[in-house]
This record gives sequence, structure tokens and C-alpha cells, in this order.
Amino acid sequence: MKRREFLCAAGAATAGAFAGRLWAADPAKGRFLLVFLRGGYDCANLLIPYSSSDYYATRPKIAIARPDPQSATGALALDSDWAIAPAVRDPMGAMYKRGELAFIPFAGTEDLTRSHFETQDSIELGQPLGATRNYTSGFLARLAAQLTGPAPISFTDALPLSFKGTVDIPNISLRSVGKPVFDDRQSALLASMYSGNHLEAAVTDGLELRKEVSQTMQEEMTAANRGAITTKGFALEADGIGRLMRDKYGLGFVDIGGWDTHVNQGSAQGNLANNLQNLAGGLSTLADTLGSEWRNTVVVVVSEFGRTFRENGNGGTDHGHGSVYWVLGGSIHGGQIAGRQQRVAVNTLFQNRDYPVLNEYRSVLGGMFRSMWSLSPDALQQVFPGTTPLDLQLV
Amino acid sequence: MPERWQPRRARPWLIASLSAGAILIASCAQKPARPDLRAEGPVLTREDALWLNRVTFGLDEATVAQYRLLGREGFLNAQLEDRGTLPDAIAAQIAALPVSHVEANTVLYDVEQRRKDINALPNPPDKEQARKALDEEGNRLDYQAERREMLRAIYSSDQLREQMEWFWLNHFNVYVYKANLRWLVGDYAEEAIRPHALGRFRDLVLATLKHPAMLEYLDNAQNAVGHINENYARELMELHTLGVDGGYTQQDVQNLARILTGVGVRNKPEEPKLRRELQGYYVHSGAFEFNPARHDFGTKVLLGKEIGGRGFGEVEQAVDLLVRQPACARFISRKLAAYFVSDNPPPALIARMAQTFQATDGQISAVLRTLFNSPEFEASLGSKFKDPEHYVVSALRLAYDTHPITNTKPAIGWVNGLGERSFNHQTPDGYALTETGWASSGQMSKRFEIARQIGSGNAGLFNPEDGGTPAPGGFPQLSNRLYFDAIEPLLSPTTVSTLAQTASPQEWNTFLLASPEFNYR
Repeated sequence: MKRREFLCAAGAATAGAFAGRLWAADPAKGRFLLVFLRGGYDCANLLIPYSSSDYYATRPKIAIARPDPQSATGALALDSDWAIAPAVRDPMGAMYKRGELAFIPFAGTEDLTRSHFETQDSIELGQPLGATRNYTSGFLARLAAQLTGPAPISFTDALPLSFKGTVDIPNISLRSVGKPVFDDRQSALLASMYSGNHLEAAVTDGLELRKEVSQTMQEEMTAANRGAITTKGFALEADGIGRLMRDKYGLGFVDIGGWDTHVNQGSAQGNLANNLQNLAGGLSTLADTLGSEWRNTVVVVVSEFGRTFRENGNGGTDHGHGSVYWVLGGSIHGGQIAGRQQRVAVNTLFQNRDYPVLNEYRSVLGGMFRSMWSLSPDALQQVFPGTTPLDLQLV
Repeated sequence: MPERWQPRRARPWLIASLSAGAILIASCAQKPARPDLRAEGPVLTREDALWLNRVTFGLDEATVAQYRLLGREGFLNAQLEDRGTLPDAIAAQIAALPVSHVEANTVLYDVEQRRKDINALPNPPDKEQARKALDEEGNRLDYQAERREMLRAIYSSDQLREQMEWFWLNHFNVYVYKANLRWLVGDYAEEAIRPHALGRFRDLVLATLKHPAMLEYLDNAQNAVGHINENYARELMELHTLGVDGGYTQQDVQNLARILTGVGVRNKPEEPKLRRELQGYYVHSGAFEFNPARHDFGTKVLLGKEIGGRGFGEVEQAVDLLVRQPACARFISRKLAAYFVSDNPPPALIARMAQTFQATDGQISAVLRTLFNSPEFEASLGSKFKDPEHYVVSALRLAYDTHPITNTKPAIGWVNGLGERSFNHQTPDGYALTETGWASSGQMSKRFEIARQIGSGNAGLFNPEDGGTPAPGGFPQLSNRLYFDAIEPLLSPTTVSTLAQTASPQEWNTFLLASPEFNYR
């Protein structure tokens, strides 16, 4: 199928008519995807502080060897202090060079519980710390309410806290999507049972989105199957995300689990390396699928916290604090290590244990959102109350 | 096998349409075959049906009969105090499962030995193949453990105990794909959780603390003096006993981790070789061991209380300290109320439950009695959204309560499809207990698809588990006695009139299972 035909077919599935609200179907104003690594990934083994001798001293089992300019497979130096892990050098090294990828070390939330669940919640809610939490108001839902262009969608089985709000945000996991099950008459009858029920919007959105996504995916699969490369894991999902975001949705969320590496996390190879490779492969697929729209897209990869700077007794790391965020996009000012930084050494660790947080995530994201959509100060206050945006000039 | 719909018999969805006042379009010759079901009228009031629906995994004929016999108080007493029964056919299925005859320690010795043998294989492809085969064996045991839980949930008369079994397995969550847990989850459910499901909370904490499944899952098996791993220590306070706002600090986490050093797994028959002065401190039972050579004998301070180094006694003292904190009574009471009463349980109810918790030193059945006898419970009936386990089990109780299924795979597949498969939650927080975890747009459409699978065929529920000739198919008869006795009174006029517009009995089944009333308890 030619691209134009495909757009017609996708258009025929009618966009944006979701229950609570009407979103314009044109995402060209700027797309944003948040990728949440649940479990607290060990950022120091992704973005390696290779000029720090303490890094090597405190991670005897798991440290990744210093970059060797002669090697095509080891860590890849980005500058005189930082290198990226061998597991991601292949797609990510080139992306960084092209200026489509940046890293923000010492990023995160000031939440200090070091609890996965507490910190994830606190990031997804995006509310000031210390105040009573409102669990029905996530920051992406508040952002969606400020934007008229990009239609929101969550590529997850359940609706994440980030997207909880007063209107229903559609969600669907792309890990497996089959053919539609109910015809129009049945869908209408099912929806009618929930008329007036507080789940009405979820029910009608669910039936509608299921139909639409199956159609889109089915058509694209058929079109693309000929020379199809076999993708798996996150790459497969990312391909679907790319298609849907290219043609219709502008504000997305997806999460990936499996980052809580307390034991045997490995070094250049091993559990963490496999996860990072899977992630990097997916992000690169996403860029490919978005095609020319990649330049209107910004992807940010976050995690609830970093891990302990020192390895623990089991070849793993425990819950820490500051993390390293990734920023990707076809027209970002990448190719740099962005944000406030400090020297990496044992005596600069936060609580003698972790990376500090120097780039608070609400300020960082707030700054990006402001540039992407020219949000007014008032609108930004709605998204991240009490935050002063930090402009890292990445987007 | 389930009844097949035959055109000459009454069409069940037409019976339903009568109650909606719709026009009967069938000819008079097609008289309903079982008009008596309607004529008798419901045997439970709406209030009783709602109550019973919440106290159980969902209504079935046997619980309705028992409730009519015992009344509300008698039924609750029986659920809280007595041991119930399983239908013979189900008991026989469970007894025949290999997982019912596996002990944690012997199976671990065996698996560890075989892992060593595999590692010694010279040829990498052989190694890989042998590893896969071993994991497959483990997967089969895991599946059997899930099957046992599912069969009991559907068919046991101990409906409250079965829900508590699920609740605690979720509270003390473990993840089957970590370490050797495939071989251990069955034993964990059977030995660590089930005996204490309605018992004393302290016993539950200690039983999970001493089980290799938990020790492997949260890495305490690796926690040793000089090699601290604080994973389990943190979750023991945050998720198992006190809650994240329970008043402990990072310092407490580190000190509890020190207390827990040496608490680990014994995966070989031989005892560790210990220096003479340490031998007296060695503790073991089954696959659990406390190895004093790995323990930090220094003095620790936990929650402001000094705990002198003396071996495993420290651990018991720490658990006592944790479970007797008012924060623990509140945290557990709140979670029970979130499961049985409301997503936002009333603070007054939590306070009364916490009071009972403290007064009885954590007697779970007593705390539940406070809950079930409360006006808050009464007021909440019919408004709690069913999580996937409740949803699938209640549908199967309605469809096949008097006709024991022989194949549990489809049922487990449905719960899995809805995202709540047992032993499959990777992180220690367990599955959500609230509606927002299960009622997003994507989840609702998925649920309707599963309603269709349950309603329009038997999906292989009567096939032999181990291959062989599949049993002939057929869809369940949901407009059955139970439906007219106790479920129809729960339906809203909208649902009734929607059911009247269905085009086939399969569709009628699907829509009943998709209706709001069937999705709440």
C-alpha cells in the first residue's frame, strides 16, 4: 500500500472522536513520547563516567571497560568524560553523532524514599512533593488538557498514572493486537449497557480504539510483510507506536520493565546489557518508522531513580537517586551531555551513595514542553504546579 | 459436558426478553423447556445476593443453598472458622498433580545438582538445550500450582479462605521467572500462605520470610555480612508490614538488612561447615537456613529499638517489632478493606479494624469479622469493580459450578489475558486492588473479548489436560437456575433490555458477562 492510500485508510477509521474530548487528528505540531523504564535502571552502566577512577574502584565486577578508540565493539566515548555502553553503541552512537540524541545525567525527582512505587508515582503525578497527592491527576493528562493538537494515547495494558485525569485517555498495548471481535451492532449494544455509568467513556473509547488499531496494524502488516525483518521485544512494539504516532497520535506513553538489577546485572554483557540493547533497538526502529515525521518528534526516556554508585555484594546495584535521562528526536539539538553536572567521584555522591539530582525532572520536562508547544506560564503551571522551567535548549 | 443450544428447545435469551417486557417473537409452540425457573422467582433478595456475591468469588448454586440454610451470620461463621470441602472430581484432579507431591527442599537439591551437571556439559548447544528442558520442567510445576489455585477458587466451598489465599499471595508477591521459583511457587502457596490465610499475621510474615521463594525473589538469599543486599529488608517494611509512610528511615532499612544477613536458602543436603563457636546458631528447616557465618552479629537499632546481635532471634524480634507497630495494623487493615470494601476505604472502618488487629495481636479472621459486620461493608455492596481473577472465577462459577471443568488452561489464559496471572507480577508490590488498575479503555475492550470467549463456547475447558482427544464443544448455559435465583435480580433495566436484543444464546451469554452488574461485586 502506498503511503497516501494508507493515510486515507487510516483517516477513514475516523480520528479523535474519543468520548471525553475531541482532539484534532493532526499531530504535526510536535509529538512527544515518554518512555518509562520501570525498576530504576543502572544509568552509570549506560552512560559510563569513564574519567572517574572511583567508578572503576567501586564497581570491580560490573564496571564497563574504558573506551578504546581501536575497538569497534567496546564502550564508545562521547566526550572526554562520558561513554555509552557497548550494548547500545550500534544504533545510538550514530544517532548521537547526528545530533538526534542527548543525555541528561543527574536527572530525576527529589523524592527520597528510594521506593520504586513511591518514586514512580511521584514522577507520574508530577505534583509538588510534600503536598497531599491527587492520584487522579497525572502530568501527561494535565499536559493533554493544555494542548489542542496532539491526541494522547498510552501504549500500555493499563492506563498509567501519568495519564489519569478527568477525561478518558485511550490505552492499548501493542504487544499483541488481533482482529476486531465485535461488529458495529454489537459494539453499540455493549456501549449502551454502560450509558450513564462512570465507565461509559472507557467502554466506548476501548471499543473504538480496538477497532481502529486492528485496522491500522492489519493494513500495515499486510503491506509491510513482504520484506519484513523479524523484530521482537520492544522493537516490535516501537514499530507499532511509530505507525500510530506518525499518522494520528501526538502524545504517547509506553513503559518497559525489568531494570531492578540487584543481582548479577552483568557488565558489557549480561542482563542489563540485553535490556539496554532491546531498548536502543526499539528507539531506533521508532525513528525509522516515523520516517520524515521523526523530525517533529521528541522522545524522552526516564526511570524512577538511579542506582547505588558502588556495586553491592552480589554483582548488582541497589536503589539510588539521580538518573540519566535520554532525549531523542529528528530535530533536537542532540550530540551533547546536557544539564547541570558535577564531577563523578565518591566524595561528590549524594548521601555517600548515589548520583545527586541536579536537573529536577519537572523543570526539565517543563522547559521542553514550553519550547515544543509555546506553552504560556499559566499553562505550564497547570502541568507542573510550582515549577520553574529549566531550558536546556535541547528542543 | 455443557448443554448445547438446540433450536427446538427454549431459547434462553427469549426468557430474558420476557422480563424486559419485550415482545415475545417466538411462536407459542416454542415453549420454554424450563419455565419453572422463572415461575419460582428469585430465592435471594437483591441485598442477600449482593452480600453473598462479595463474600465469595461469585455466586454458585451450592453457596446460595448454604446461605439459605445457615443465614448470614451462620454463613460468615462457617467461612471464617470451618474447613470446607472440594467436590470429589476436583479433589482427585488436585491429588493427581505432581506439584502436590513436591517438597521445596528436595526439589531444590535436585535442581541445583542438575544445574551443576548442565554447567559441566562440554558443548554449548547441549548446555542450552538441557537448560531449556530443565526450565520447561519447572514451568510445568508452576502451571500445576496455578491450576490448583484456580480449581480451588472456582470449586472450594471455602470461598473466603480462597480469596484470602489470593490476597496474601498478592500481598507477599513472588515472581515465578526469578531464580528457581518455578519449582517453589507451589510449595510457597501451600506451605507459607495457605495455612495462615485466616490465621495470625505474624505467622504469615515469618512463614514467607523463611520460604526460599521469597528469599530468592527479593535477594535475601544473597544478603550477607560485608555483602549487604537491602532489597528484602526494604520491601518487608514498605510492602509487607508498615507501608511507605510507616515511619521508618533509610537507616532502618539498612539496619534491618543487617539483621537479615544470613537468612537464606539451603539448596544442598549438606550443612555448611561452621566454626565451632557458630554451630549453635545454625537454624534450618526444609529449604530455609540461617547461616551464622553470613550473619552480622553487631548490635543494630531498628525503629529506635536496640536489637543485640544473637543470630536468628534478632529476626524474630524484628518481625515482632514490625507487626506490633500501629502503622502495621493500619496498613494491613486498609489493604483488606481496599480488597473487600472499597477502593477508598472509610477511615473509621480502617480504625476499627486496626483496633481489632492490635487487640487480637494480628488475628486475621477477627479483623475480617470487624470488616464484614460493619455498616460500611453493607453500604458498599455492588460497587467494587471485579479484578480479573474475580471476573473469570465468578463467570466460571456461574457457568460450570455443577459441572467440574477438566482443563484449566483456558481459565488461566483468560486471567493472563487480563493481566493478572498468578505468580506473574514481576515487582513486589503485587497487582492493583482498585478499579483504576483494571478498568481503562484497553482493559474494558479486552474484558469484553474474554466475555465472548467464555460465553460462546467451552474453549476447551473439558479437553484432557495432557493432549488426547478433545471433548466436543458447546457453549455454557448461563440462563440457568442460578441466574434466575440470584443474578437476574441484580440487573438494571438497561442491561435487561440489552439482553433482550441479542441475536443468539452465545451473544446473550457474552452480554450478560459484559454487563456492568456482572463486572461489579
